[in-house]
Amino acid sequence: MDVTMNINGEEVTRDIEPRTLLVHYLRDNLGMTGTHWGCDTSNCGTCVVWVDGEPVKSCTTLAAMAGGHDVRTVEGMEVDGELDPVQEGFIQCHGLQCGFCTPGMMMTARALLDRNPDPSEAEIREAISGQICRCTGYATIVRSIRWAAQKEQATRVEVSAS
Amino acid sequence: MTVVEESTNAVPTPDNNLNDQKPAGFGRMLRKEDPRFVRGMGQYCDDVELPGMLHLAILRSPYAHARIVSIDKTAAEAHPKVKAVITGEDLAASNLAWMPTLSNDVQAVLATDKVRFQHQEVAFVVAEDRYSARDALELIDVEYDPLPAVIDVRKALAPDAPIIRDDLDGKTNNHCFEWEAGDKAATDAVFADADAAEDGIVVTEDIVYPRVHPAPMETCGCVADVERVSGKLTLWCTTQAPHAHRTVYALVAGLPEHKIRIIAPDIGGGFGNKVPIYPGYVCAIVASLVIGKPVKWMEDRTENLVSTGFARDYVMRGEIAATRDGKIRAIRTEVLADHGAFNGTAAPVKYPAGFFGVFTGSYDLEAAYAHMDAVYTNKAPGGVAYACSFRITEAVYLVERMVDVLAHDLDMDPAELRLKNFIQPDQFPYESKTGWIYDSGDYEPAMRKAMAMAGYDELRREQAEKRERGELMGIGISFFTEAVGAGPRKDMDILGLGMADGCELRVHPTGKAVVRLSVKTQGQGHETTFAQIIAEEIGIPPEDIDVVHGDTDNTPFGLGTYGSRSTPVSGAAAALVARKVRDKAQIIASGMLEASVADIEYEAGAFRVKGDPEKSVTIQDIAMKAHGAGDLPDGLEGGLEAQICYNPENLTYPFGAYICVVDIDPGTAEVTVRRFIAVDDCGTQINPMIIEGQVHGGLADGVGMALMEMIAFDEDGNCVSGTLMDYLIPTAMEVPDWETGHTVTPSPHHPIGAKGIGESATVGSPPAIVNAVIDALKPYGVRHADMPLTPSRVWETMQGNHTPPI
Repeated sequence: MDVTMNINGEEVTRDIEPRTLLVHYLRDNLGMTGTHWGCDTSNCGTCVVWVDGEPVKSCTTLAAMAGGHDVRTVEGMEVDGELDPVQEGFIQCHGLQCGFCTPGMMMTARALLDRNPDPSEAEIREAISGQICRCTGYATIVRSIRWAAQKEQATRVEVSAS
Repeated sequence: MTVVEESTNAVPTPDNNLNDQKPAGFGRMLRKEDPRFVRGMGQYCDDVELPGMLHLAILRSPYAHARIVSIDKTAAEAHPKVKAVITGEDLAASNLAWMPTLSNDVQAVLATDKVRFQHQEVAFVVAEDRYSARDALELIDVEYDPLPAVIDVRKALAPDAPIIRDDLDGKTNNHCFEWEAGDKAATDAVFADADAAEDGIVVTEDIVYPRVHPAPMETCGCVADVERVSGKLTLWCTTQAPHAHRTVYALVAGLPEHKIRIIAPDIGGGFGNKVPIYPGYVCAIVASLVIGKPVKWMEDRTENLVSTGFARDYVMRGEIAATRDGKIRAIRTEVLADHGAFNGTAAPVKYPAGFFGVFTGSYDLEAAYAHMDAVYTNKAPGGVAYACSFRITEAVYLVERMVDVLAHDLDMDPAELRLKNFIQPDQFPYESKTGWIYDSGDYEPAMRKAMAMAGYDELRREQAEKRERGELMGIGISFFTEAVGAGPRKDMDILGLGMADGCELRVHPTGKAVVRLSVKTQGQGHETTFAQIIAEEIGIPPEDIDVVHGDTDNTPFGLGTYGSRSTPVSGAAAALVARKVRDKAQIIASGMLEASVADIEYEAGAFRVKGDPEKSVTIQDIAMKAHGAGDLPDGLEGGLEAQICYNPENLTYPFGAYICVVDIDPGTAEVTVRRFIAVDDCGTQINPMIIEGQVHGGLADGVGMALMEMIAFDEDGNCVSGTLMDYLIPTAMEVPDWETGHTVTPSPHHPIGAKGIGESATVGSPPAIVNAVIDALKPYGVRHADMPLTPSRVWETMQGNHTPPI
């Protein structure tokens, strides 16, 4: 079957088996390997992407279910050569080690900051609680997301002052 | 000389970036690998896509122990997208059905006679895509004749136990190996004396370290590509030890070693899970050889949890002999080790129990003795993994749990008891009673620092108040010493390969450089820290140094990254290769500055004439001179490069003091880790940011093992922890914000004094957490309970119904 979706602002169509999972559609059919696959059971969250602005686990979403919708992946975070503050925060605060969970973590973090620009540590921990990182022990991920929140707040203050 | 520094909990903010000062060598430096990872541009094994690539899937046994009666693969072969279906019998025709393990045992690549653990590899399918390969597995018809299974390690040596390894000649029981350490007679004498003496005490406890799994976020897998004309195999593989793998394939499969190239691309976490050679890798190589196309095999999560390298699974009886005023005199232990169906332990050959021999911990003893029987069971093989530093996790857990048992029976503060028994600074280098030479240490400052950071006395006061009110709060301590950096080649090898590491450094004409390593990062940040080591030694900025690793065609030989060995072994190689280049640079500088070599001094990238600081050249000037026109000093070749193979003189002995604070809900028995204070000493620090990250990750591992994680089986040998719904790994909700600090006691024999930090926290944290839980349960008269301390297990313990896990 043909499945068409808008990925990071670009419309794509592929002829796929109906059972194809969204994570495999992205990785195998489109070659977008930034989204990872880790568990099959929605537990680890390495596969998190956005569908219509909501983080979903693409390992348990059929590609066909995303047909006609807007999908955003880690490849869409950097805009015009400028990193998203979340990406910058992960670099600045050592929020990643092996980098495997990182794309999913960052997509969830971006969604959190979009609806709550000043999250507390507890709110950040809850937001990423559907995802597993084996390397960092999470504290530096929490710091990375706080870093991004502070950066965006400072930018907003600058904009409103000017 | 130990330096006690302030705690390192500084957090960067956009206003106060800790990263603005770029270090010229050691210091906090952002990672060079991160820009690609945050863009989703890492290249992991499953990201490798080659033209015409096929996909391999493995059929696994539903039984823990069964005879294979027949396999019918005709329906699978008829699947339109299937290219090949291979069974053990097919492999046996080419003598490939069995392969050696890293412990001189053999393991079935595909089962021929019988299956020996649930999910053992039975056949594989190669198909055009990954879905079709899995579809075809269901078309293979295998008839099994089930046999009784050995699941409880305590019953493995019973006279009527079914024999698992009847493939081994003359095998009449399930005994795998016997091992001992220390002096039995001397230890027994101290115990007898302590038992008889009025001021003596002997404490005993049965302690289980359950089977757990490293479960890296990326599962294991590979892409095998045998080039038909040259016959050269290129294997992209999730391996922590690419060079060791290459040599093993050469020795085992008879492939010429120069026709094998192993590429370990970005690895999504290893933790020891990616050290062994798994049947899947061999299957993919065979498939590519047979079919003539590239073949990819990637495990799914269940396959990873149920069949690849597990960790721990030691049943231990610990005993301490002491005086009643708290002087520990001797430690004794009897261990039953569950090695699963094949002895797949990845450890130095002469150390079948890994480095469990350091179970004497951080204490000065009169005597120590350990005896171990290792046995086969109908479970997956493995044993050394999950950041265990070759079984030091088990050793530290045993001694640190036992010290708390002694503190309990003496009604003594566990911190005071430890302080009273530490090896003293003037005793280093210290030879332990089991023969390990501790290189350097200064334990009391680390312990005092952790207590100060925790506010130990205040915590005890708070605990006393809470106990009055019936609230359950516990404070747990662990003090560990590790032995890492395997190792000296006179003692240590894996399958005959000495545990040395090579390093090669080339300085380009413009003063930029490339350094090639034999070790391989799985997230530890080698691309950053190894550039920093070179920078520190020869003054080329870290950003001007490219670090190449994980490709056997492009790096010198060495045994890889595990057991916290990268910094102690390969880091030493990097420092020494840089010094070799520096020595040559100094000779070139002497020619450029028209001074004798002895009159040239080096500092931070510049070579100067002593007493005439105006006359100087930089390493970059020298690099151009080395490659440029004009004469060099007599007898000197052009170029500026060097290579080295480093054989460590000894292991390094990092240590640390950990304090954990827990609260337990008396109504639900749920344990909450409220605080965790970790003071680590890994000697000289290369990059404090990365060190803190290594510690944090290990602490989360500790919470997982102590409270959540266990690979469990039912009585028939069905693994009941085969998904992440059943095998619980901590999320951000179960762990606190870590409080870290450090002291610095350099290693005297390592070129830069560094000791290794990759596994310290995984080793040191589980006993601190368990000790805290037991401390919280003191009002219930609890002296010991086994991990994982899940609410149900804690509840049972509170009711006096604690049972050890199977």
